[in-house]
Amino acid sequence: MKRASFWPWLWLALGAAYFIIPLAATMQFSLQAKRGTLGFTAYANIFRDGNFFSSFAFSFQTAMATILISVLLIVPTAYWVQLRLPQARRLIELLTLLPFVVPAVVLVFSLARTYNGTPLTNSREGLRVLLTGAYVVLSFPYMYRSVDTGLRAINVRALTEAAQILGAGWPTILLRVILPNVLLSVLSGAFITFAIVMGEFTIASLLAQPAFGPYISLLSSSKVYEPSALAVVSFALTWASIGLIQFLSRGTPGQGQMAGPR
Amino acid sequence: MAWLGVVPFLAFIVAFLLWPAASIVVRSFLDQQGRLTLQNIADLSQPFIVSSYIYTIELSAVTAAVGGLFGLLLAYAITVGGLPSWARAGLLGFSGVASNFAGIPLAFAFIATLGQLGLVTQWLKGMGVSLYPAFSLYSFWGLAITYVYFQIPLMVLIMAPALDAMRRDWREAAEGLGATGWQYWRFVGLPILLPAILGTMALLFGNAFGAHATAFALTGGGSQSSVVTILIGAQISSDALANPGLGNALALGMIVIMTITIGLYSWLQRLSERWK
Repeated sequence: MKRASFWPWLWLALGAAYFIIPLAATMQFSLQAKRGTLGFTAYANIFRDGNFFSSFAFSFQTAMATILISVLLIVPTAYWVQLRLPQARRLIELLTLLPFVVPAVVLVFSLARTYNGTPLTNSREGLRVLLTGAYVVLSFPYMYRSVDTGLRAINVRALTEAAQILGAGWPTILLRVILPNVLLSVLSGAFITFAIVMGEFTIASLLAQPAFGPYISLLSSSKVYEPSALAVVSFALTWASIGLIQFLSRGTPGQGQMAGPR
Repeated sequence: MAWLGVVPFLAFIVAFLLWPAASIVVRSFLDQQGRLTLQNIADLSQPFIVSSYIYTIELSAVTAAVGGLFGLLLAYAITVGGLPSWARAGLLGFSGVASNFAGIPLAFAFIATLGQLGLVTQWLKGMGVSLYPAFSLYSFWGLAITYVYFQIPLMVLIMAPALDAMRRDWREAAEGLGATGWQYWRFVGLPILLPAILGTMALLFGNAFGAHATAFALTGGGSQSSVVTILIGAQISSDALANPGLGNALALGMIVIMTITIGLYSWLQRLSERWK
């Protein structure tokens, strides 16, 4: 590999400046809630706010439910396609990529219009089902791709037949043979889903759900420095989730994909 | 019988995506009494809707071009450009995070940077340059600068592997025939990479076109000339256009544009795989 000349360094320096300055500015903004001094007042104010915890808990629970449903749907489906239904691979792949064609705002609009007047939009529980369902759909591209790649790396047929010969039923095969073998893939799908759900604003706010994203947005109408502190918290959360994925999948290159809460 | 195994997944995606989306498409062609009509589509020609579509398309195109070009330069720098491995690992790692860092927090980060009280705004003021009122973060270019923050990383993540895959012997063959570095890129490198570059830019276009939260946080959702996603969002919370059919047609317009964009992306993607 030849040594880098002037230009690559210049691009890197410009890129670094563009990426780092807004983060540094947010950081600084979040620390100056008390005039003239830097301190953690804004953070202290957030952590004293009950709505912070309730919205955070709401989004956290929704994220967990989303991940659980997504895993329960995707792992058996991807497994089955690999084992018995290879002719369905293209169709399933295409379906999981549909969330890129239907933007979040169109998705929530369609859901709200289509199920208008049903219990799904009339009740608090119904709206939460819609919210979680929409998030599960958003998680499909990442979860399917991750799990499918994981399944391709193991010999699904041999593992299944070996388990069957030893007398295992389908639940045992899926839970105790297949799942442990693709656990890393499932986890990386789960972490990206977590990052997406925790930061999501559009769907949650248009369904009037007390989630973390709408809370951050709402706070900005009444506070100046606290929203910056929340942006820092939110960035740290994304950083931790994606960092864990990169740690778990060392060696495999980062994947580019249209992502998350825009 | 084997199809039974995928029924739960199919049922879920029908209930939460296909059925609602299809029903919106169908309803775009129905009037309030449920009769077939093209009126909703015709109503899209109202000036404020046309200008909103044009605004969004321009914003998406500009951020896809700028983000794509700069992302390409960065991807070049960490691959063929020969920057040390710490720079490569650092940039790819950061891109993985930054391509997922968008929406409300991203908007706040830019308010803290280029808003009226932002760090850079104040810093420039100290040097005697006042950004405002000539520039505003809440204007077209303000939105564009913010969007580019999630566009560049996506370009880097997709183009870095493509640049890695450029075969060394191509360059050696070109140099053996007496080509200069510039000639190699002009006649060999760029033509090979072009489908991948344009395809990824199409993806970036779609990425910006569907964005809602970032624009909402910056414009407050009430701006006159605004992105299409905000117009659609306003149809849910209150039927702002007082015309449900028009809302459906707006959503249909987005789906059509996104389908074209993603179709273009996958076509160009297939073209670029010829060389693998």
